[in-house]
Amino acid sequence: MRRIATRSFTHIALALVATLAVAGCASKQVPNSAADLGLGAGAGTPGSSQDFTVNVGDRIFFDTDSSVIRADAQQTLAKQAQWLNQYGNYAIVVEGHADERGTREYNLALGARRAAATRDFLVARGVAGNRIRTISYGKEKPVAVCDDISCWSQNRRAVTVLNGAGS
Amino acid sequence: MNSFFRTLMLVGALASGMAAAAVLPARALVEIDVNKGNIEPLPIALPDFVSADGVGAEITAIVAADLKRSGLFAPIDKGAFIEKISNPDQAPRFEDWKVINAQALVTGRVSQESDGRLRAEFRLWDTFAGQQLIGEQFFANKANARRIAHIIADSIYERLTGEKGYFDTRVVFIDESGPKNQRKKRLAIMDQDGANVRYLSDGRSIALTPRFSPNRQEITYMSYESGQPQVYLLQIETGQRELVGNFPGMTFAPRFSPDGQKVIMSLLRDDGNSNIFAMDLRSRTTTRLTNSAAIDTSPSYSPDGSKVVFTSDRGGRAQIYVMGSDGSGQTRISFGDGAYSTPVWSPRGDLIAFTKQSGGEFQIGVMRTDGSGERILSTGFQQEGPTWAPNGRVLMFFREAAGSGGPRLHTIDLTGRNEQAIPTANFASDPAWSPLLE
Repeated sequence: MRRIATRSFTHIALALVATLAVAGCASKQVPNSAADLGLGAGAGTPGSSQDFTVNVGDRIFFDTDSSVIRADAQQTLAKQAQWLNQYGNYAIVVEGHADERGTREYNLALGARRAAATRDFLVARGVAGNRIRTISYGKEKPVAVCDDISCWSQNRRAVTVLNGAGS
Repeated sequence: MNSFFRTLMLVGALASGMAAAAVLPARALVEIDVNKGNIEPLPIALPDFVSADGVGAEITAIVAADLKRSGLFAPIDKGAFIEKISNPDQAPRFEDWKVINAQALVTGRVSQESDGRLRAEFRLWDTFAGQQLIGEQFFANKANARRIAHIIADSIYERLTGEKGYFDTRVVFIDESGPKNQRKKRLAIMDQDGANVRYLSDGRSIALTPRFSPNRQEITYMSYESGQPQVYLLQIETGQRELVGNFPGMTFAPRFSPDGQKVIMSLLRDDGNSNIFAMDLRSRTTTRLTNSAAIDTSPSYSPDGSKVVFTSDRGGRAQIYVMGSDGSGQTRISFGDGAYSTPVWSPRGDLIAFTKQSGGEFQIGVMRTDGSGERILSTGFQQEGPTWAPNGRVLMFFREAAGSGGPRLHTIDLTGRNEQAIPTANFASDPAWSPLLE
């Protein structure tokens, strides 16, 4: 007695797909501080993105597993709103980020909630909602890379990115 | 595109003087109980399969490596062998194998057919009973030598443990290269033992969380390629890709339903919270399953499709909840000290695997589907994302040891006693195990 079974199966083709299109990436690498830019305080033409990053501050930080806008962050966002209201030609992307001390999908959601909280604060301070887009990078784009709290606290952030002068 | 098909013939029990014993399941003296916690691995001898070239030894080595990694078998050093197997059609001298304590013996031959195909035959022997337990032969293209080896290992595993094997399977994962703050993250697929790696995306944009469809031909994953992170489908053979749905906000954390007809995932709400939706891939209709002002994510269906387990922080911190697949009866099931996430329902239906953060460490564990019987299998500085082997006995996950610079893949069995590293060229994360190849 012979039992004969035929199995057909497939080898996976290398799928480096030619049609992979990458649309314009919304994330710009934003320097952490004036020092990163090699600039002293007060650098940047008023109204320039450099002015925003250096003199206003493009980012705020969060407590662990929280999307509450802290008091220090409220000050930064108030300055951001004032500046953005003065220079109304910029479109804005608010990036929400998480530190690595969470799981990947949860941190995508957490980054999104931080970006939304930041957006809502700016809108409450008069920035038009239709100028602001949000995106979450979860824990996928850390700026500080070490294995302790000094880095994690810098990575729990929302960054306001000027998306070029709006037309 | 570059797809090609090969056919593997599995021809059943080998005809030989002992064929009758091979066809009727012999009463084995060697048996392994995979549920036993501190089981001694079974000593097994795997002399190189007889062949005119190196392919016999190559296949034997892959079979031995599979069995060893399972933690249930201890392949015996070849230097201890007394009998040299030169004709695998003859019964071995059982005394020679008993004296080196080989409780099981695998013999075989690999030859080339006139049409160029490989012919691989093997027999599994119970040395103390003096019986043949399995005799099978396979014909396959030479390029599939590794696959033949995995199928043989599955056959041995299944015969001796009574559980389905999981060696003839693949894993999709994220290949990570470059510095941590500018890391390239691309889709890749490989055999479960880390061999035959192929890339499925080019790394120009971040790809995350790939998961297999039940038919293994398709994966769903999340990508930043449009600028907005969204869930996609990818046909592995053809490279054809497709956006899942047309949603205004981020979609993420996708998984297939057990029948392959739906993708369940999270959709970001305008208020910054995330809810769970299911999309029917035929009708393109979406159904909202959760509606909470909280993070609801990482949904995973039960194998019968009737329930969904997911993560939510609606209680203040991330915990695991179960609901009906229509969203009814949402019930918290995790109550331990810590945060729980990444729940994944076992393909056997009996357990839910999870990541737990507690005391500054990350743990991989399992609990019953009502949340009782929590067991931690592995603890580390940073580790997450379990995926089940199709037999529901082994979990693969990714771990980043402190100071290591990036994550690597590991497996742990349900006893928590057999942990193995999966070799990858680069850092690797987000493994998802394929169903069994039929």
